[in-house]
Amino acid sequence: MSVTAFLTDSTLCIGCKACEVACKEWNHVSEDGYDWSGYSYDNTSALGASTWRHVKFIEETPVPGLGGNASEQTSWGFSSDVCKHCEVAGCLEACPTGAIVRTEFGGVFIQPDVCNGCAYCVVACPFGVVAKNHGDGRAFKCTFCYDRQKVGLAPACATTCPTESIKFGEISQLRGEAQQRIQVLRQRGLEDATLYDATHTSVGGIHAMFIVRGDVRAYNLPPNPEVPTRYLKKGWMSAAIAAGLLLGGTVLAFLTQPATDAR
Amino acid sequence: MTCDPAPLSNQQPSSESERRLLDIRQQAQLNGHLKAPGVRPIGAPFPTASTETGYYGLPLLKPPQWSREIPLYFFVGGTAGAAAVVGAIAHFTGASRKLVRDARWIAAAGAILSPALLIADLGRPGRFLSMLRVFKPQSPMSIGSWTLLAFGGAASATAFAGALRERYGSSFSVSVMENAASGASIPFGLGLACYTGVLIGATAIPVWNESVGHLPMHFAASGLAAAVGGLELLGHTNNRALQALGLGAALFEFWEGIRIESRTQAELYPLKHGQSGRMTRIGSLLSGPIPTGLRIFSKFSRPRRHRWLRRSAAISSLAGSLLTRIAWLEAGRASAHDWRRPLEIPRQAKS
Repeated sequence: MSVTAFLTDSTLCIGCKACEVACKEWNHVSEDGYDWSGYSYDNTSALGASTWRHVKFIEETPVPGLGGNASEQTSWGFSSDVCKHCEVAGCLEACPTGAIVRTEFGGVFIQPDVCNGCAYCVVACPFGVVAKNHGDGRAFKCTFCYDRQKVGLAPACATTCPTESIKFGEISQLRGEAQQRIQVLRQRGLEDATLYDATHTSVGGIHAMFIVRGDVRAYNLPPNPEVPTRYLKKGWMSAAIAAGLLLGGTVLAFLTQPATDAR
Repeated sequence: MTCDPAPLSNQQPSSESERRLLDIRQQAQLNGHLKAPGVRPIGAPFPTASTETGYYGLPLLKPPQWSREIPLYFFVGGTAGAAAVVGAIAHFTGASRKLVRDARWIAAAGAILSPALLIADLGRPGRFLSMLRVFKPQSPMSIGSWTLLAFGGAASATAFAGALRERYGSSFSVSVMENAASGASIPFGLGLACYTGVLIGATAIPVWNESVGHLPMHFAASGLAAAVGGLELLGHTNNRALQALGLGAALFEFWEGIRIESRTQAELYPLKHGQSGRMTRIGSLLSGPIPTGLRIFSKFSRPRRHRWLRRSAAISSLAGSLLTRIAWLEAGRASAHDWRRPLEIPRQAKS
């Protein structure tokens, strides 16, 4: 059993949203509304309880010469976003029921029959991926197609992607492929191609890497995502001081009060 | 409204399901290309994604998706926890019996109300039991659930033993039970009063995790002020230990309010601006300066006015404590909505 990953190459994405469709069909995820967002062709806006793959449409001021757009047109980037399946996952650490587990493929999986809907994972995710379904009260996100991976198949999104923008495979192999791809892109003049793989922060790397062009912030990817467990030490330290002060203060208040009060 | 993914065991790939995925792929290949260049209105305010605007200013983080019962639980749990500590210490130092009894009843009532509030948020009583599947030290929510459970046992046993003694007189077994339960309610009461600060502090929400070093103390002081206030409203307006505790908690909250106002971190923006900022400020006023002033004033007042001032301080502290919890959750919501922080884009001078 190998540890797997996604590599989403935004330079190959054509914004067809086949991954979104395939994900919804395979996982029986409900529709997420027919609202127009006004932000390019992106009408789902963000990942959520009923959006496990989300194609972003990055409309930018055009840069002539890069990507071949004429200056009166918009420079367009597409990128299919997904749960990052962090190496140190905030949601998994925070889950009080043990519903969120690490699968044998390295993915982070919410067991729907165990999740009790406490929604603590929602605020523990540094990427804003997990969301509570207000219909039934439990939390949902990308399952990394755990059911498909179990029988040796690639996730539905990677299977349907017509341009192989969504690559799926063994993680170290994909990391190597990503480096090669970036070399190729840079040789072709796309100097701003970068790999997004949060290995430098407390997240410790992700199982859904992205090749993007330019600044990752335009793709709504945080430059320095942090796992909330790193705040625990400071928090419990403060709680210990608080408990000490509360107890000490109360003891002092009752021991020093005049005997007339203590009837 | 429901969108349950089918249970995983029922989900078996078949040749049909694989063909369907390939169909989607072919369709996307044929129709997925956009041939028209699109319309670009010149001069119109057209949203773009960039290093200044992020992804159209859409928030990255998800706001806390808790119901209104959760800040109420923070208030009730914090008050009950602090009341149990006050009750137990009062019991062991031989303070007035009525004070001990009232503190225990506040603790026991809170211990019963707290799980009810949590269940209201979860939706179904059975879901609370899932919290007790595992004990996970790295999850403050898990630690909190177990603390609440243990506190519920200790606080209700204390109240029960106290009631037994009053009804049937003291006996060896009742007094052992009363002392043991009272003793146990101290650590669990302290835990319950403090852990909610760690709970929201150890999250990805910027305004919360920036304050993680102070939230537990802030919430503990808030809980103590509310417990003292509750006892004073039950008639203990002449007790000097309560006055000292109330004054201490109010002074701490006063200082906490000054600290929030004087810190300039961008993460703390929601504590000073907008709806959550207004709530935080009113909450700080009601928990800090107002009860501090009233309590100091009451020291130099005649008995009748003294009682009136202490009742006013109690009401102010209780209202301030509740509002403070609501304000912190609102601030968390506003903070998650701020798309700039997680992307590390500085806020412009205006907007």
